Amino acid sequence: MSLVEVKNLVVRFGDYEVVKNISLSIAPGQRVGVVGESGSGKSLTALAIIDLLPDSARMRGQILRTWPAGEMVRGRHIGMVFQEPMTALNPLMRVGDQVKEALHLHLPNVDFDARIAELLAEVDLPQTVAKRYPHELSGGQRQRIGLAIALAGEPELLIADEPTSALDMITQAQVIALIRRVCDKHNMALLFISHDLGAVAALCEHVYVLEKGKHVEDGPTQTLLSAPKQAYTQRLIAAARPTRRRATALQTGKPILQLNGISRRFRLPSPFWAQKQYVQALDDINLEIGEAEVVGLVGPSGCGKTTLSRIIAGLQTAQRGTITFDGHAYGRQLGIMPNKARRELSMVFQDPFGSFDPRLNMAQSLYEPLHLMPELGHTERRERVHIALERVGLAPDMLGRHPHAFSGGQRQRLAIARALVLRPKLVVLDEPVSALDVSIRGDVLALLADLRERYGIAYLFVSHDLDVVRAVADRVLVMDKGKIVEQGDVDNVFEAPQAEITRRLLDARLYI
Amino acid sequence: MMAEQSTFSRALAHPSFRLGLFGSAAFILLAIISLMWTPYPTDIVDIPNRFSTFNAANWLGTDYLGRDQLSLLMRGIASSLKVALLAVAIGALIGVPLGLAAAAHRGWLEAIILRFNDFIFAFPAIISAIIITTLIGPSAINAMVAIGIFNIPVFARVARGGALSLWTLEYVDAAKLSGLSNAQISMRHIMPNVASLLIVQATIQLSLGILAEAGLSYIGLGTQPPDTSLGLMLKEAQSFFFGFPTQAIIPGMSIVLLVISFNLLGDGLRDTLDPKLSKAGGIDVAG
Repeated sequence: MSLVEVKNLVVRFGDYEVVKNISLSIAPGQRVGVVGESGSGKSLTALAIIDLLPDSARMRGQILRTWPAGEMVRGRHIGMVFQEPMTALNPLMRVGDQVKEALHLHLPNVDFDARIAELLAEVDLPQTVAKRYPHELSGGQRQRIGLAIALAGEPELLIADEPTSALDMITQAQVIALIRRVCDKHNMALLFISHDLGAVAALCEHVYVLEKGKHVEDGPTQTLLSAPKQAYTQRLIAAARPTRRRATALQTGKPILQLNGISRRFRLPSPFWAQKQYVQALDDINLEIGEAEVVGLVGPSGCGKTTLSRIIAGLQTAQRGTITFDGHAYGRQLGIMPNKARRELSMVFQDPFGSFDPRLNMAQSLYEPLHLMPELGHTERRERVHIALERVGLAPDMLGRHPHAFSGGQRQRLAIARALVLRPKLVVLDEPVSALDVSIRGDVLALLADLRERYGIAYLFVSHDLDVVRAVADRVLVMDKGKIVEQGDVDNVFEAPQAEITRRLLDARLYI
Repeated sequence: MMAEQSTFSRALAHPSFRLGLFGSAAFILLAIISLMWTPYPTDIVDIPNRFSTFNAANWLGTDYLGRDQLSLLMRGIASSLKVALLAVAIGALIGVPLGLAAAAHRGWLEAIILRFNDFIFAFPAIISAIIITTLIGPSAINAMVAIGIFNIPVFARVARGGALSLWTLEYVDAAKLSGLSNAQISMRHIMPNVASLLIVQATIQLSLGILAEAGLSYIGLGTQPPDTSLGLMLKEAQSFFFGFPTQAIIPGMSIVLLVISFNLLGDGLRDTLDPKLSKAGGIDVAG
């Protein structure tokens, strides 16, 4: 007898069918995973089960729940943990009160304070957290509070919709371990929704693979991973295990970028009479990148890797230290980055949707970097843009379109094309594949490797994903709390990590 | 869901936008016609014919000097709209660049602009008008300047608020990497993306400007005879209100309808232009 059974579920918005004929069943105590890329209909399936579909959605098909009809299902029988822990909590309420609110609804007869203490202990939070507001907690702590609220009604089924996507690697591993422990302890069933095959494999016994609203394949996790039947599943698995693409016979040359004693601190907001407090975002950073070298930069969130990459790109300035790039020296004492250095460097950003102005067409966006080269004539500009587009495998006739007409993967290609227009010697890649669906990640990584082999571009590859870094980088730098704590050849660092943070990052990886 | 529809046709589906557009268009049309033609001249006094009620010759009757009410009303709407429009123009032309500059430079420049805004905000339009009137004398232009000055901080704040969130976006970073100056980025990327916010604000300020002009003219600080405006008509009709109430009701209702039309127009525009408020926008259909 299954706890929840979904039969031939169809969800449509107007004429647009988002979920097409999906069936799944969850047995008591069973941990079920649903994997799919954005647009696969996985979230809507979960919302249909907990009866939270938006008003504009039309549903067909059957959802059989064990509980008698009419009884409150949400919270009491099914608990839910949401993706974005900041917006899932009320910013104006102490988190303890938010747990109490859930208790009020579902178990009005228990001793609230004692039960809250129990719940907090269960999700590994200290008792003092109850008096805090959501903004005072870290992402991982907020997600634990979300879990405590979901557990308050002692549900038989927990639905977790991408609960770890907004967290960094180390916290993700902790939250996944916590969910597994809680499920085991209460013999609670779990429906775990994620785009990350690794996370699902770490947690679930049975996996459903969805693509574009259609059921692709399902089966016990081990069977599915070791012998996937469908091509789509095979692609997902292959993409989750990035393969090494090392440049063959490519010599990394003399250093092109050198950082000397770069430091940067930020003042914490405080009233003007209080003692000024600072965070040291970067503390005496020294590094070198050679010509055509790919250097990976990894570290936990808040370690300063974003600040460092922005300083290298010239978007922020350092408070101490000097930068030498391509023969130009600049820094605190030496003045700002000269335009001559700027043209040899470009950057690709994380979010393919935020990196283009929605009101400009692609031609306007792609010609923009050529502001740095006023000496080029009209035909030369056109040639450069067209060649850059060809290099990333897109046709110039797309230039008239606006960003919304492109998919995420195409936009990231266009962002790379924009970076290539200047024919730079160094490209800073800030999490270039993190926001992309797994199946197109591989394409973008292959493209980057290709471009480097052909044109000898050096990359600074900033990422939290160690597998991706290992697949693309020659050398890796590990940062923690504003310092570079370890550096060296990728294989050496990953095989025999010296620094504690490297070991913790490596342990947090989810293997499939 | 997100069919390729123009903003205008989406807005037209919005009932309050339709109503507001219809109302404001009717008033603007009346005002434009009055610039070229009115049923009777508004500067010729015809005492024997004063206080006539609605009739075939004077549709809305005549005032205490025997002038045709309809002609006065058309002229009045024209001058009220002129004052409000130019006041919005003054506010936007000075306020928007200030707001964009504050968002682009942050730091000391932003602090100065914001404190300057607070300073101006402390003086309601009516106080500025009184100061200007004492210095230069009452006229429609002074009312315009007074209301315009009051509009400056409103536009500066809206522009800065919208621009601040845009400055954190990656396409602005990309523009910085392309060596564009702050001013170039403001013009190329920031201004077009805050334009919708500013348009909505402009319609709201337009209706507030009409109210402010009526108020200033009513206390004698705005439009001066022989010109006329809605506020001035109201003031002149006030003495005869118990004898001839229609004299006051006609300009009064016009002010109300005019303001409501522009407010509805602004509301409708905001609902269509601002994705945060639209009902379908909040749901991630694809997830």
